[in-house]
Amino acid sequence: MPGGLFASEPLVLLLAAAGFFAGSGVPGLLLGWRSAWGPRIATGMIVLGSLLGLAGGILALRGDAAIVLAVPSPLPGVAAELAADPLGGFFALPVFLVGALGSIYGLSYWPPARHPRYGRRLRFCYGLLLASLTLITVAHDGIAFLVAWEVMALTNFFLVTTEEESAPARHAGWLYLLYSHVTILSLFALFLVQRELTGSFAFQAIANGPGAQGLRMAVFVLAVVAFGIKAGVMPGHSWLPSAHAAAPSHVSALMSGVVIKMAIYGLVRTCGLLASPPLAWGVTLLVLGAIAAFFGVVFALAQHDIKRLLAYHSIENIGIILLGLGLAMVGRSVGRADWVVLGLAGALLHVWNHALFKSLLFFGAGSVVHATGTRDIERTGGLAKRMPATATLFLLGAIAICGLPPLNGFVSELFVYLGLARAATTPGAAWAALPAPVLAATGALAVACFIKVFGVVFLGVPRSAAAGKAHESPRLMLFPMAVLALACVVIGAVPALVAPALGSAVAAWTRDPLPGPPLAQLAPLGWLPWLAVALITATGLLVAMVAARCRQSRRRQPGLPTWDCGYAASSPRIQYTASSFAQIITSRFAWVLRPEVHAPSSQELFPPPERFHSHVEDSFLDKLLRPGARRALRLSAAVRALPEGQLQRYIFYILVVLVVLLVWAIAGGPPIG
Amino acid sequence: MIASVVAHAFLLVFMPPLLFGVINKTKAAFAGRTGPSLFQAYYDVAKLMRKEVALSATTTGLFVVAPAATLAATLMAGLLVPLASFAAPISFAGDFVLFAYLFGLGRFFTAAAALDTGSPFEGMGAAREVGFAWLTEPAVFFAFLSLSRLSGSLSLDGMLRATERGAWLERTAPLVLLAAGIFVVLLAECSRIPVDDPNTHLELTMIHEVMVLDHSGPLLGLIEYGAALKLFVLSVLLLHVMAPTARIAGWPGFALFALGLIGLSIIIGVVESMMARLQLLHVPTLLIASILSCGFAFLLLSR
Repeated sequence: MPGGLFASEPLVLLLAAAGFFAGSGVPGLLLGWRSAWGPRIATGMIVLGSLLGLAGGILALRGDAAIVLAVPSPLPGVAAELAADPLGGFFALPVFLVGALGSIYGLSYWPPARHPRYGRRLRFCYGLLLASLTLITVAHDGIAFLVAWEVMALTNFFLVTTEEESAPARHAGWLYLLYSHVTILSLFALFLVQRELTGSFAFQAIANGPGAQGLRMAVFVLAVVAFGIKAGVMPGHSWLPSAHAAAPSHVSALMSGVVIKMAIYGLVRTCGLLASPPLAWGVTLLVLGAIAAFFGVVFALAQHDIKRLLAYHSIENIGIILLGLGLAMVGRSVGRADWVVLGLAGALLHVWNHALFKSLLFFGAGSVVHATGTRDIERTGGLAKRMPATATLFLLGAIAICGLPPLNGFVSELFVYLGLARAATTPGAAWAALPAPVLAATGALAVACFIKVFGVVFLGVPRSAAAGKAHESPRLMLFPMAVLALACVVIGAVPALVAPALGSAVAAWTRDPLPGPPLAQLAPLGWLPWLAVALITATGLLVAMVAARCRQSRRRQPGLPTWDCGYAASSPRIQYTASSFAQIITSRFAWVLRPEVHAPSSQELFPPPERFHSHVEDSFLDKLLRPGARRALRLSAAVRALPEGQLQRYIFYILVVLVVLLVWAIAGGPPIG
Repeated sequence: MIASVVAHAFLLVFMPPLLFGVINKTKAAFAGRTGPSLFQAYYDVAKLMRKEVALSATTTGLFVVAPAATLAATLMAGLLVPLASFAAPISFAGDFVLFAYLFGLGRFFTAAAALDTGSPFEGMGAAREVGFAWLTEPAVFFAFLSLSRLSGSLSLDGMLRATERGAWLERTAPLVLLAAGIFVVLLAECSRIPVDDPNTHLELTMIHEVMVLDHSGPLLGLIEYGAALKLFVLSVLLLHVMAPTARIAGWPGFALFALGLIGLSIIIGVVESMMARLQLLHVPTLLIASILSCGFAFLLLSR
């Protein structure tokens, strides 16, 4: 029902937010390279836009879906439709929160005084990226979606290659662009097939009819391929770690926390539109989710670049989200509304949670880079003494991402586990519970990984001179982290606060909702606040019990060393490193990690000084895709000889195609358009 | 109701160190020694709580918070399991996830505090702890899924009553497999032989004990007590699976349950006396066997 622009306040607010975002970088372009006002104006506009957007998103979550705006588009017969519905609003809210906080963080992290050259481009693309993300969540047909998606993909490329003089960043950018092309081509195909099925580009339910099976299957497969690559689902993940590591940290936070969630949004939206899905689709998502979750964390354990490590954890969390979505799809196929509610609520809440704690952790990683100048965690250590506020906030993020109580990660994982356990108690459906043990192993490995990161970076003694001279981050960098940590605590302790939002997003998911019990009846939302309070109080009491004695003894005997088992010549290098900490686990997965190890082989009686070096690259890319691509290039050499780079030849080919098309059209082919 | 909650809290708070005493007495009996008093663990904790703390200059506040948080998490886990036929004080759908993840929280803090000292030995212990824990978690979740399938319940309280109604006669094979799997998990999680030797004095071979080398005084007291509590809670879990404990209702059943826990400690003591510690490289094999055991139980039950 296309109507007037002002018929829907949420949509107006969201579009206004997008307008502020898109314009935020423009004043900076007109100012000088070193001007401090460019970033300030940009941040001001982004914060203002975010406030409008937050209001719009919350209103959208409350309202019902109604298409209110049809924008005429250059394509004949196609009008781009925009709408603010609860599902879109749900995915839009993290854009505003993380976008605004990232912009504030960037004021101190990427000031024009230190990075004069690329700052203006960075802020322009950052604003444009936020605008495109907002538009993706309000797009209600294929054309609008594709336009917004392509703007997102391209601005993302420029953000990844912000530091264009560094070869790894350029390389990461090209790799990202390559994968992005595959995504966009699949999306073109997806929307064409969808149009074939429904008769228009608008998002509408795709019913199962006679003869539609094959095309519906194509829609699902294309959605899994396109959105799976963009979300970093294995094996389409190889672009993600290097791209997220190469971008400046506040941009990495946005990419990891929010941008890849747009792929989840696309997948959730498409799955919701496909009416009465077959069982195999849900099972496919469960299998993909289990693989991404488990191997994501295995790869993360093997990393010693803090940002690459966090990027691999995004793959793990995307896997957890897919497990929830897969369970919901299975629930629709077998007609179990409780699985749908728990699975989808778990997946959606994990989308928010991951946006919160992953941005928090990337901001923390940025502060570490800011303070020590390195991303290699083997060169850090002992930072908790030098940057206590950052360490505390990072610790909260680490506990949250491990899914440990009483923080928010636990709540979303609990929903997924509950859904899986409900499958386990259903006669004949016990197979659907099999991801639960995988998720349990993933959780334990995540704990291992974050003990490693936190312990090696923040605890112990500095392993390098730079780490010894580290300094606490400025307030503008601590403030965004504090806001995110607070959100993690609040959602973890009082999940009932987000239950209404989850409820309306779940209800808006499919056009044929099963009559199901509300989330509050399925999950122990009422118990969790009391448990959080009890846990924190008990810890506090026990700490109070021993703290007085600790303080007293520290005053009496200051500067005691750590017990060194009688070894007199202790040095910082004797500490356990990140690689040695993870080695007991990663050595079991050498078959998939394929580490490059340079180990000394001391044969002589008096061996010379030797160096040990080990490194884990992405084995999918290096051992599978690159050799495959090289072989394909060799095979296609004959075809490539055809164009040879002459403009005249290209024009000739175009002419030939045009003539063929003309002949076909005149000779009575189907009408074009 | 109130009486049973008080009894639960009493047993939870005061019984755990006794289990250590029973294990050590059993081991002493096998070795032909008199051994320490049954109540030695109580004396140790009481002594440690009165002592001073020696804190390494490397450590941060986390080092003090960690033992407290670990103990608090273990205590809360202890409130989720039922004792004998009495209901657990806290019980809701999905509390089994909380149960498992509370131990994860404890592990996070214990291992992080180990790295807080900057000592290579403690780092080694922490790495081993997390390197083995990820193999016990799937076994635990297979066990929970099996129990929830057996009982049709989603809370620990209901799951652990699955053996109440003659399930041992109908579903013997899966329950034996489950009990075996959980027993291995208990031995691994509580650092007992054959996974870890609580009495070893060589830092290079230890797991749990080496992580707490630098803790002293009340901090060490909290850790020792927490270790006993963890053994108690996991023993309760295992005892419920091993025997239809909830069949004998009321206080006689409660007393019998406490005796059952002591019996379980004697079994652990016997295992410790008769086996050597496994080579560290072989520990994962044992843990994978526990996953398989619980997994097969789930398979048998899902027919």
